[in-house]
Amino acid sequence: MAAVQDSAIAVGAGAKTRPAAQGRLAAIWTKHGAGYMFLLPWLVGFFGLTLGPAVASLYLSFTSFDLIRSPEWVGAANYVRIATADPKFAASLKVTFLYVVLSVPFKLAFALLVAILLDRGVKGLTIYRAIFYLPSLLGGSVAIAVLWRQLFAGDGLINSLLAQIGIEGPSWISHPDYSIWTLVVLSVWQFGSPMIIFLAGLRQIPTDMYEAASLDGASKFRQFYKITLPLLTPVIFFNAVVQTIEAFKAFTPAFIISGGTGGPINSTLFYTLYLYQEAFGNFRMGYASALAWILVLIIGLFTAFSFLTSRYWVHYDD
Amino acid sequence: MTDATMSSITAPPPPMASRRSPFGSVFIHAALIAASFAMLYPLLWMVSASVRPEDEIFSSTTLWPSSVDLSSYVRGWFGLDVSFGRFSWNSLVIAGLTVIGNVTACSLAAYAFARLRFAGRNFWFAMMLGTMMIPYHVTLIPQYVLFLDLGWVNTILPLVVPKFLASDAFFIFLMVQFFRGIPRELDEAAMMDGCGPWRIYWKIMLPLSLPVLATAAIFSFIWTWDDFFGPLIYLNDMNTYTIQLGLRTFVDSSSTSDWGGLFAMSTLSLVPVFFFFLFFQRLLIEGIATTGMKR
Repeated sequence: MAAVQDSAIAVGAGAKTRPAAQGRLAAIWTKHGAGYMFLLPWLVGFFGLTLGPAVASLYLSFTSFDLIRSPEWVGAANYVRIATADPKFAASLKVTFLYVVLSVPFKLAFALLVAILLDRGVKGLTIYRAIFYLPSLLGGSVAIAVLWRQLFAGDGLINSLLAQIGIEGPSWISHPDYSIWTLVVLSVWQFGSPMIIFLAGLRQIPTDMYEAASLDGASKFRQFYKITLPLLTPVIFFNAVVQTIEAFKAFTPAFIISGGTGGPINSTLFYTLYLYQEAFGNFRMGYASALAWILVLIIGLFTAFSFLTSRYWVHYDD
Repeated sequence: MTDATMSSITAPPPPMASRRSPFGSVFIHAALIAASFAMLYPLLWMVSASVRPEDEIFSSTTLWPSSVDLSSYVRGWFGLDVSFGRFSWNSLVIAGLTVIGNVTACSLAAYAFARLRFAGRNFWFAMMLGTMMIPYHVTLIPQYVLFLDLGWVNTILPLVVPKFLASDAFFIFLMVQFFRGIPRELDEAAMMDGCGPWRIYWKIMLPLSLPVLATAAIFSFIWTWDDFFGPLIYLNDMNTYTIQLGLRTFVDSSSTSDWGGLFAMSTLSLVPVFFFFLFFQRLLIEGIATTGMKR
């Protein structure tokens, strides 16, 4: 009897598995389905516009491709040419590194200096903050690049001002030694957003630390070096990484100021500008894809290096 | 206990300026005012040059025009084969659709990441953060090939459709941070009352997230309005140009001949951004301070 009963139960259980499985499916759906429904647009974009294209571009970087004929496999030829036989690549890399090395430290130094002045509780903080932030907001536009092109032209505003004090300035934008500096100045002029982040960081430093320090007789300078600077290093690190990555990707100002050429004599040929010229000027899509992956490699190496070295100078409070 | 420590316990800590001499404060103000003027001088000069008589533009370094002459605006507006009215309209359409796309698609994804439990959530979240790190140059060329094959080049679709697929991951991240700050009790109470995720998203999360949605909308608008690279690649027919492409064509075609018209149109192109700056400054500055945005 027991055996029969057991088998009956087993049969019954077997008959129940289907609705139970459906129930489980429904349960899985109610548990996980809603999440995926909300995520659906992003998932489509992730596969269709990011992951798929990234894989495709890695493939294209090993081909010769002009948009008309289908891609032709050339192995590592693009990379070999970039590394060994492309003076414009070398020039653009040099210009870009120069731009990063010149613009980022100056920009951050200005941002930090002004943030510290503003953090002293000056009256009209919000007005000053707004004025200093305005160039950051407008600076990415073509209008500002156009303005810069006039400011630093041979007969531009800067030279008119210099003439008033008896200095005859060169044509800054068409002189290969100076043209990069006009772009650096444009970048430093937009110190507003790192400044705001510094200000927020300074506000996080507890005031009782300064009070304790001044009770102990520490001078303002000493307080700055022993309290402000160490406690601000995470913010400095963050700003430095973000601004450096942005500087590597800069495009519009160099394009407008040089009229798309990167001249004079490649002195404003930003890496991204060279990539654009190769892809959409010469239609060397395979070669440009290889350039793009080298940019990723450079930015990735830089970021990894920053994080590795950060533990020697960035102070994390725990 | 000395008076100094007593007062620091009973009274709120004095602002640092009060401990400074009046001389120091005057000095700081003088430095800040001088710096502000130096920062704004090129901008003000451009605005002033745009309303100057043509022959005065280069002879003067002052900011006050001898007489106001708006003819540069008329010359600039019609300075190319297609008017700047058309360019502005194109820019406005692209920026407007981008705002809608970013706000809807990014808030949907952000809600899933911030509130819903599902298998693989952390994995996808990491992927999303990863896409923020990758420079867009890597996806640029295959995307171009894709949109070319779809026949979308010279239309606004390549610039707008990706936004409806939440391609600006940065805004997802911004919204996730905000959504996480909304008390969970609200959703739980709504769930007890039988609300599903859609109603919670629509009736609770979105209404409580207006500040972050506004921040995302304003930055979407400004960045799209200022975008040069995307339109440069996808829009080749002058009728489809945005205002930034119009300016670029102007500067290349007229080069040095019509700076007045060029400055007039440049000034005009900055007006919408300046408007947002004027009226939504606090949202913008808070957005940067809390997330560390690049611009």
